[in-house]
Amino acid sequence: MTTPLVEMNDICISFGGVHAVDHVSVDLMPGEVVGLLGHNGAGKSTLIKILSGAYQKDSGDITINGKKVEINNPRDARALNIETIYQTLALADNLDAASNLFLGRELVTAFGFVDEDAMEAETRKIMARLNPNFQKFSEPVSALSGGQRQSVAIARAVYFDAKILIMDEPTAALGPHETQMVSELIQQLKAEGIGIFLISHDIHDVMELCDRASVMKNGKLVGTVDVKDVTDDDLLGMIILGKQPGQAA
Amino acid sequence: MSDIAVPTAKPRSFLETLEIDLRLLGMVGAFIVICLYFHFDTGGRFLTPRNIFNLTIQTVSVAIMATGMVFIIVTRHIDLSVGALLATCSAVMAMMQTQWLPQTLGLGLGHPLIPWLAILTGLVTGAVVGAFHGYLVGYLMIPAFIVTLGGLLVWRNVAWYLTSGQTIGPLDPTFRQFGGINGTLGQTGSWVVGILCTLAALAALWNARRNKARHGFPVKPLWAEGVLAAVIGIAILGFVAILNAYQVPERVLARNFAARGEEMPEGFTAAYGLPISVLVLIFVAIGMTLIARRTRLGRYIFATGGNPDAAELSGINTRLLTVKVFALMGALCALSAVVASARLSNHSNDIGTLDELRVIAAAVIGGTALAGGLGTIHGAILGALIMQSLQSGMAMVNVDAPLQNIVVGAVLVAAVLIDIIYRRRTGAK
Repeated sequence: MTTPLVEMNDICISFGGVHAVDHVSVDLMPGEVVGLLGHNGAGKSTLIKILSGAYQKDSGDITINGKKVEINNPRDARALNIETIYQTLALADNLDAASNLFLGRELVTAFGFVDEDAMEAETRKIMARLNPNFQKFSEPVSALSGGQRQSVAIARAVYFDAKILIMDEPTAALGPHETQMVSELIQQLKAEGIGIFLISHDIHDVMELCDRASVMKNGKLVGTVDVKDVTDDDLLGMIILGKQPGQAA
Repeated sequence: MSDIAVPTAKPRSFLETLEIDLRLLGMVGAFIVICLYFHFDTGGRFLTPRNIFNLTIQTVSVAIMATGMVFIIVTRHIDLSVGALLATCSAVMAMMQTQWLPQTLGLGLGHPLIPWLAILTGLVTGAVVGAFHGYLVGYLMIPAFIVTLGGLLVWRNVAWYLTSGQTIGPLDPTFRQFGGINGTLGQTGSWVVGILCTLAALAALWNARRNKARHGFPVKPLWAEGVLAAVIGIAILGFVAILNAYQVPERVLARNFAARGEEMPEGFTAAYGLPISVLVLIFVAIGMTLIARRTRLGRYIFATGGNPDAAELSGINTRLLTVKVFALMGALCALSAVVASARLSNHSNDIGTLDELRVIAAAVIGGTALAGGLGTIHGAILGALIMQSLQSGMAMVNVDAPLQNIVVGAVLVAAVLIDIIYRRRTGAK
């Protein structure tokens, strides 16, 4: 058996007495897509923000490729090749696509100045692959449509050799055509051996794209199942009632 | 806007082709209207070399601080303590050159190192105090409004305490050269600086065009670049020509010759030319624009202003960034203190009073949005120039002092209103 890419063991975090994540363990293998399911407030986003460095866990540990790591801020996560596409997209609306794509990792010239033209050229290349219709390179991203903004956020995550990709509701703002593109992208990244945590509300998405699904309810892990072994109704039962598949209601 | 995929894009207007910011153009227009109005109202006394010279040296102090205020406001903070911090830096530098260095350290008055050590101490003081404000705001999460409101009281009175409220002077003669009329480049020096500036601007234009072409991006038509280059060249060299037209009065020249024990030759004339303080402002403007546009620091400042959470999630250390931005503001306050105290040729207890409001107003009139994320350095400098022109113009046409402030206040509010309407119309944020 290969070493898991990510193991999050016994993670706890609470905010002012509320146990947002309560002794939760999940893992991810290379080339695998693991869906995280649950109601609003179930703790999925919070759990994943611990991995991306936005929150600091109270207890528990994280191992990457079998090595125990400390992730204290988003910089640490990026250094471990963990990339995140946030539900809010986390774009600076006043800057253009290239500036957002390279935010925190700007290309610089030999004199240490930001190389705007080189960044725009790279952005044009990757956008040609992800979203060929994208043309608004010199406008602030506030002028872009929801789908275009999403493609900027996705481009940012995949451009920098991600090994572990976290996608928080990546298709929430998208139309059917763009959703299809995201699905294809996930298949392609999976084939490249990247591990993906996919947070979603949509059971249909999860059944189609994921290998395994971990379901959370009220900050606790209900269970992790192979999607091949369960039906839509089983997953629904886990989400709504917190019961294991096959268990009587 | 990219035209690669849409070769049949609609024909673009003259201004669009030049890629000039309409907002900037509006401000330049407003400035010209103000100048022309006062010129005719004063019977031709406003746009004279002498008045333009005075206007520029009066603007420098506020303009230098306004460039720093742009970064503060862009990161969604405010600094109410700049006038008070200017006073503290000015007091430290005045005490350094009149008391501490010559007497306590025994360098002796007139030692050539004194002005430079004094300026260095002032800059360090400003930067350290600014960094401390930034630490309180960034790490201890106290709102900048409160920190700098406290700072306004603290530093105004630290200055008072340091000098026991006395006016400290006369300042060192070398130091006084930074004030304006006491230190100018003369005719030849001004032309050299003007020509160098023009060449540098043309080189920058050319370089930008070449870089864009190298990556295969669309570039402006050559004639558009030519028009832009001509406008820049005429503006710079025209400004130098105006300052060079301001002749040093004959009695001043005669006095200078007499001071050196020489006889003034018959028919000798000399012009003031570019003041050193204006040169300092030009350096600050270029430096701050480079930081804003071409460095990571500048990127992070604007990204943090646009979306602080996104900046943090992108791995930007936004707390340290706050410290840096406030430290830079502090150092610029010190630089303004050099210019302001040198212009008065002494440190007085009320130096920089109400400057915080002028500086914030200049940045805001110059298009810096208090919501954060938007603002330009050249806009803030133009904002400072517009305010100073209004103030001196009204003084020249004998508007009563209270009315002057009423007008400036109303202009500030109106400028922001026009900006909001303009942004709503154009759909920009």
